[in-house]
Order: sequence, then C-alpha cells, then structure tokens
Amino acid sequence: MTASMSTATGSGRQAPGGATFGGVFIASVVVLIAALLPVGELGGADASLIGSGGTIALAAVTQLVLAMAALSLGLALGPPSAGSGVLIAGAGIAIGHLLLDKVWDGLDLSVSVGFWVVLALVLCLVWTGMGRLARQRGNATRVLVPLLFGGLIVYVWELTFVGFGVSPVIIPPPTDILASIIANRSILWLDFQHTIVHSALIGFAVGCAAGFLVAVLIDRSSFLQRGLLPIGSAVSAMPIVGTAPILISWFGQGWPASSAVVVIMTFFPMLVNTLAGLQSTGAMERDLMRSYAASYSQTLWRLRLPMALPFMFNALKLNATLALIGAIVSEFFGSPIVGMGFRIVSEQQRLNLDVVWATIAVAAVVGSLSYGVLTIAERVATFWHPSQRGEG
Amino acid sequence: MTDAVSAAPVPRRPSAVRRAWSAYWARGRTIPVLTVLVVLIVLWYAAALWVNADRAERLIGQTGEEGIVAYATAVWNMERPALPAPHQLAEAMWDQATGQAITSNRSAVHHIGVTIWSTLIGFLAGTALGIVLAIGIVHVRTLERSLMPWVIASQTIPILALAPIFVVVLGQLGVTGVWPKALIATYLSFFPVTIAMVKGLRSPDILQRDLMHTYSASGSQVFWMLRWPSAVPFLFPALKVGIALSIVGAIVAEVSTAAQAGLGAWLLQGSYHGLVFRMWGALFFASALAIVAIALIALLERLVVRSRGGAA
Repeated sequence: MTASMSTATGSGRQAPGGATFGGVFIASVVVLIAALLPVGELGGADASLIGSGGTIALAAVTQLVLAMAALSLGLALGPPSAGSGVLIAGAGIAIGHLLLDKVWDGLDLSVSVGFWVVLALVLCLVWTGMGRLARQRGNATRVLVPLLFGGLIVYVWELTFVGFGVSPVIIPPPTDILASIIANRSILWLDFQHTIVHSALIGFAVGCAAGFLVAVLIDRSSFLQRGLLPIGSAVSAMPIVGTAPILISWFGQGWPASSAVVVIMTFFPMLVNTLAGLQSTGAMERDLMRSYAASYSQTLWRLRLPMALPFMFNALKLNATLALIGAIVSEFFGSPIVGMGFRIVSEQQRLNLDVVWATIAVAAVVGSLSYGVLTIAERVATFWHPSQRGEG
Repeated sequence: MTDAVSAAPVPRRPSAVRRAWSAYWARGRTIPVLTVLVVLIVLWYAAALWVNADRAERLIGQTGEEGIVAYATAVWNMERPALPAPHQLAEAMWDQATGQAITSNRSAVHHIGVTIWSTLIGFLAGTALGIVLAIGIVHVRTLERSLMPWVIASQTIPILALAPIFVVVLGQLGVTGVWPKALIATYLSFFPVTIAMVKGLRSPDILQRDLMHTYSASGSQVFWMLRWPSAVPFLFPALKVGIALSIVGAIVAEVSTAAQAGLGAWLLQGSYHGLVFRMWGALFFASALAIVAIALIALLERLVVRSRGGAA
C-alpha cells in the first residue's frame, strides 16, 4: 500500500508526459484489483465488486470506469492540487460505495482476504486525496478534509459492523442509529424540548448573563477581583454536577433544578473570562481614551468591552458544552419522566440501546451545532480583532 | 536664612513596614480571598436561615420557644436541614472521614480512595494519549488538517452524558470495575493536553529550527532537544485542567453506573436516601480532592522548572 501511495505521489511530481502514463497505469491496476478480486461469498458464489457467480452488473462496471477515469486524471494533474485531491478521494469513495453495497446485500466476508485488500485500497485512496487537500489553503478544504476523515471512520464502522455481524445490542451500525432517530423522532423531540430548550438554554442564558454582570461590576474593585478570582478558578476545578442532587431536593424534579445546575456551571467561566478580557486592553489604548477625556462608561463601551469580546466568546463556547453536560447529567439523579439524561439511563436499563444511541447522536449534533453557531457569531462580532484576521 | 533652609519640611520616608504593607495592599491576595470567604460563610448562614425557614417553623412550633436567637440556633442545628450550616457540615465531614473504620462502607476515606484510583489511571492514560496525538498532529500535516477539527469536535459532544453507555459497551466486552471509569476520565483529560502540547511543540520559532537544521540534527534530535523542552511549560497548566476533569469524569461515571463505591456512588446514595450531610460531604470532599491534586501538580511543575534551571 505504502509503495503504491509513494509511487502515486512521485508520479505527480514528474514531467507532465510521464505523469500521465504513470497515473493511468496505476489507476488501471488499482481498479482492476478492485474489480476482479473476490471480496467474499454472496449466496454461495464468489462475488467481486462487479458481480457475483458469473453475472456482471453494468452499473458497477460504469462506476468503476468512472473511478478509473477520476483516478488517472487526478494522478495526471501534475503537482498535487485541490482538484486532484478531490478526484483521487472521489475514486476511493466510488470503490468504497460498491463494497458497502455488497456488504448491505449480505456478503459473507469470512472466506476471503480480498475484502481487506479492497478496503485498504479505499482507505489508501481517500487518505492520499485528503493529504493533497490538506496542503491547500482556503475554507473549502478546511471543511472538506475533516468531513472526509469523519466519513471514513463512519464508513469503516458501518462496513465492519454490518459485514461481520457485530451484535447491534452493543454498538449498532450508523444506519441503524439513523433509522432509530427517525422511528423515535417524537420522543426525541420531547426530550430535546425539555433538556435543551428549557434546562440548558435557560440555565446558559442566566449563568452567562450573571457572570458577565458580576464581572463588569467587580472590574472596578481590585480588592474584590483578587478575592474572587482564585475562588472562581478553584470552583471551576470542582465537580459542580455533584450539586445536582442537592438542587433537585430544593427545586424538585423538573427543569428548574437542571437549569440551576447549568447556571452554577456556566457562571464562573464567564466571570473569569470576562474579567480577563476587560483587563486585556493595553496601557497605550487606555492612555488614548484618557487623553480624549473619555468617561468610565465611554471607555467601557468603546474600548474595553469590544476588546473583551474574544475572551467572552471563548467562555460562551466552553459554556455551551458545559450547559449540555449539566442539563443531561443532572437528570441522572432523581427520577424525571422526560429528558435526554433520563432517556439515556432508562432505555439503557431496558437494553433499548438504539434509542440511547439516537439520543447521544442528537446531543452530539446539538453540541457541535451550538459550537459552530458561536464560532460564526464570533467571526461576525469580532471580525476586526487580530485573532480573526490571521487567516484570510 | 540658613536656619530656614534646614527647617524646610523634608518628606519623611514611610517606614519599611508601612511600605511593605502598601505593596501588599496593592497586590497581595491572601486578605482579599479570606475576606471574600468570610463574606461567603456569613451569607451561607443567612441563606440557611432563609432556606430552612419552613422546616424550622414546624420545629419551633413543637418546642414553643420564642425569639430570634432561639430561632437561629434551632435552624443552625437542625437534624435534617435543607441547607446545613457550615459548622454542622464541618462536624459531619470530620465524622465521615475519621469516625469510621477506613475499610468500612460508611467511611469517606474508603470512597475517596476508590475515586482517586480510577482518576489516576484515567489521568495518566489521557495525558499519554494527549501527548501522542499532539506529536502526530505536529508532525503529519494530513493528520493536522483531518484530526484536529475532530479533537475539537470531540469536546463539543457532552461526553459525560455518554458515561452510562460507555460502561454498558465495555461491560459487554468484558471490561468492568475500575476500567470503564478510568476510560471516561481518559477521554475527558486528553483534550487539554493535546491542545496545549500542539501549541508547545510548535512554539520553537523558525530561527531555532533553522539552527537545528544547520547542525544537521535528525528528526528525533530536533524533537528531544528542541521541541519537547519548549513544550514542557505548556504541559503543566494543561495537566491541572486535565486532572480536574478526570475527577469529574470518574465521579460522574460512578453516578451513572450506580457503582458500589467511590465519591459518585456515595453522592448517589445520599441523593436516594435524602442524606443531606452525605451529599454535601461528597461534594466538598471531591472539591478538596481536586484542589489538592492541582496543588500537587503545581509543586511538580516548580520542581521540574527548578531542575531545568528556570526561575521557580
């Protein structure tokens, strides 16, 4: 594998003529191996990607020819470029798709090593494509490369779990999880409203607002800052989710208790970061404001709060995850009847693990989305800041 | 005339004590922290009066005593308060830690020990994983572009919420006992280490790397003589964050798996049986554990910096 990969990269760097020949040669060998190697047994007969037991599927052949064209073009394009990366990865995906199709049809993998060779080929092609993309600058590759990497992992997960019939009781393949999300969407929606919209979001808003206000208030008193900051950092080292049972005994079951946990969890990161941000202005800038005879509030609004924004966005991103954790984990205590944390624990006890995984998938998507939304909001709000201007 | 000159008021230099005091007043932290702590404790007592009010009313009704002092003493010494007063909590924690045989299930020391064990395994594994990932990310460009976003994304997933499923999966694979808890602690603690080490391993600037190049240093020499030493100062702050997260991870794992022992199990038992002092005790023991662990890492940091000839 390594040999073919290094040859591929090597041929890409040669003069155009040689590169074309080398590229086409390698592409044909790769596709021939993929097409003809028996990857397993389907209904008692040897099966390869293009068909089983003597019959040949035209669609598969077309797909392989397209893959070969893409691969030769990609390898022949001269120096590694974004386009060649996409073409090579695309060829890998096309071959990988054929393999997955066979596995979904019920391919018996235990009889042949061909499966592993083709899988290695697919991984190798996608990895090479990713490598070429990773060398490029720009936003598109910044999104594309991690997506390909994630897709690769999900692909191998699906392929091996379905192919080898790993018991879906423990970890179901991705398609089962997707099916479970669709099947249980009404329950998941109720849980989402309870845990995310009520517990997490309200707690997040209150905690962040309180942290921000206290930071602005104590910013004027160096005594209070020196007293509160060490305590704040000590508190952020504490396992605050442990307050959940106490808060539940005060507020009862339901979202207010979870919200209270989230408020405590998000308060201190916001306080500490906002304070650090307010202190981050340089002496020159403050002197300038002074020479303009700017009042305290003018300096605060025009200089110090804008300078504190990047720090505050860091706290908001951290808090978004903390809010999710607080809302879900606080439901592990006590016995609510709705909510994502409750669902995870109760369905796990009933061994309905597909529902558990569906809930986890929802939590993961919500976590990543909120992080993404905050990142975009940060770009919009602090486009002028040096930390955002680094990469064009 | 000369008299007048000599009599001109010479500003008296403030005494050394006074100067030290004003320097401390401008920068020191002990007094502010203590002040805030005292205020917090006073607020706590006040909050106890308020939170426990309706329970106390029933209590007062039985004894029939009147007056604010009787009310306060009653509230602050209730047997089952909603919010225990600080001195009650301190007494209870002292009893939990020292009043029982260490091997007993009722001893806090026993549960703390169980939690420390899984925390420590997870923390060490997480640190190792974090360093390995960072080395990979720094040295392989494809990994940097493909893996780094996922390292960040892995933290946007509320992993603590996955603790129960983790334990079930591992249990099916025959992994039980301390290992599932340690694994969750690992997952939580690798992230800060990776981020800090990527930054640290990248911190040598181009001049230093060029110098190594002119020495025709090999890749491993560049790593051990330049990159690694420059990364060590970045490592320790990450370790502090990592150990705190490991403790949280271990405790939540114990809660969500209904474990038999450990601070999380203790907290959960307290929650089920309404044992107020046990819940508060578990919380405060866990916090103390985190603070001690961080202090130990700070000590280690100072030793390492000093042994490398830095200013400690």
